[in-house]
Amino acid sequence: MNVPRELRYTKEHEWIRVEGGEAVVGVTDYAQGELGDVIFVELPAPGKSVAQMKTFGTIDAVKTVSDLFAPVSGEVTAVNDSLKDNPALVNKEPYAGGWMVRIRMSDPKELDGLLTADDYEKHLGAHA
Amino acid sequence: MLETASALKRTPFHPRHIASGGKMVPFAGHEMPIQYEGIVAEHRTVRTGVGVFDVSHMGEIRLTGPGAAAAANHLVTGEVDAIPDGKVVYTPMCLESGGIVDDLLVYALGQDRLLVVNAANFDKDLAYVRANVPAGVTVVDENASTAQLAIQGPKAEEVVAKLYGDRARALAFYEGYETGSGEDWTLVSRTGYTGEDGFEIYVRASKALALWDRVFEAGAPHGIKPIGLGARDTLRLEMGYCLYGNDIDETTNPLEAGLGWTVRLDKKEFLGHDAIRRVKEAGVTRRLQGLLLEENRIARPGADVAWNGAAAGRVTSGSMGITLGKPVAMAYLAPEASKPGTRVEVVTRGQASPAVVASRPMHREGSVKSPKPRRSE
Repeated sequence: MNVPRELRYTKEHEWIRVEGGEAVVGVTDYAQGELGDVIFVELPAPGKSVAQMKTFGTIDAVKTVSDLFAPVSGEVTAVNDSLKDNPALVNKEPYAGGWMVRIRMSDPKELDGLLTADDYEKHLGAHA
Repeated sequence: MLETASALKRTPFHPRHIASGGKMVPFAGHEMPIQYEGIVAEHRTVRTGVGVFDVSHMGEIRLTGPGAAAAANHLVTGEVDAIPDGKVVYTPMCLESGGIVDDLLVYALGQDRLLVVNAANFDKDLAYVRANVPAGVTVVDENASTAQLAIQGPKAEEVVAKLYGDRARALAFYEGYETGSGEDWTLVSRTGYTGEDGFEIYVRASKALALWDRVFEAGAPHGIKPIGLGARDTLRLEMGYCLYGNDIDETTNPLEAGLGWTVRLDKKEFLGHDAIRRVKEAGVTRRLQGLLLEENRIARPGADVAWNGAAAGRVTSGSMGITLGKPVAMAYLAPEASKPGTRVEVVTRGQASPAVVASRPMHREGSVKSPKPRRSE
């Protein structure tokens, strides 16, 4: 199970990478493995506001559909348009080409409440 | 419906699933592989090459004795009495109400009739069969002693012919034969539920692992791969084949399910005959049809279907049509909204997705050699 050290995580299996005042968000390697083949990712339009731990989109895999939760509050500044034609990027590169949205954070202090890589690994351990 | 690991049955192929990287899940009381390398790749393997499914969870019930053929004919809507030796018939078994108890295969094997039923329905079916056959016909539960592999895809014939020779190659679709006895018993039939040419091989459970190994050795030059339940579902769905528990159950009758072609109302009688005849005379009140969705949002079972702004039906199965390249679904639709080509909307998570009604099968390019299941009304 790939859990990059430099990222923060939610219990709902999203990852977040902070780049200045913005955050890049996707789902974890564990999540893509559990979902199976991803065939559609529904994302908000740039400009939309998202609130921490509220849904911002959905992810359709062949067998199931799952909500996406925003790790932080803010405004969506970009979405990954490559997922429209190639949703399998979520399976192949969950931490790179499979990223989903970029959020301009309205309250960076929210980051303090997110899981570290260690916390997330423990959370996964509790799952298994 | 929580199924605990300890209560789950394992098929004789279980060690091979683990060795092949199968992701095991609870299914109909069994621990079964949902996928190995991934549903999309496995689906494509079966459409273009050859794949192997463990279908040992399916249940086998054999009727023996001089009256076995007639007894089976009373149980199911299809004709399974006056048929040639080796013929296989896909047919529902119904309640007197016309509701479907199960959909099954009936094999004509000499005087015997072998019923192959869905795993989740096995106990119910066995009790129903026992309650509805006359004295003198013996009902044999062969479920635990039987293992079964489905070898499916356009290259299946090459693999099976290597193992079973010209006799297997010469089989027409929905024909089969038995050989051997005791632990050497084998049943080979040209059957399947994927829309591709294919075979199903039944052996005694003690011979299962040897069969798996021989099949994979014979199939290696053709790129044979194991296929999980996930792709089994997407393959059958593109063909519009019914899945019991989703598309058909005891509250649906064969005519509205588009299975009129399996109902022989010209038979003198069978369980459900009168009720189904009345449905035929009055006309169905809903029809199970295919839906092709125009956006990449999957229609899940239970989603409402709207037509002209009003409720017109409900989705029973839905997933990605991996070969079709678009989401595909099956839904019971009001007759006025059920004509192929009708534009409807599937309401998924509060959003309306445009869809077009399609006759079944939705995928028409398969290598399957039979007359395809078609609407009879």
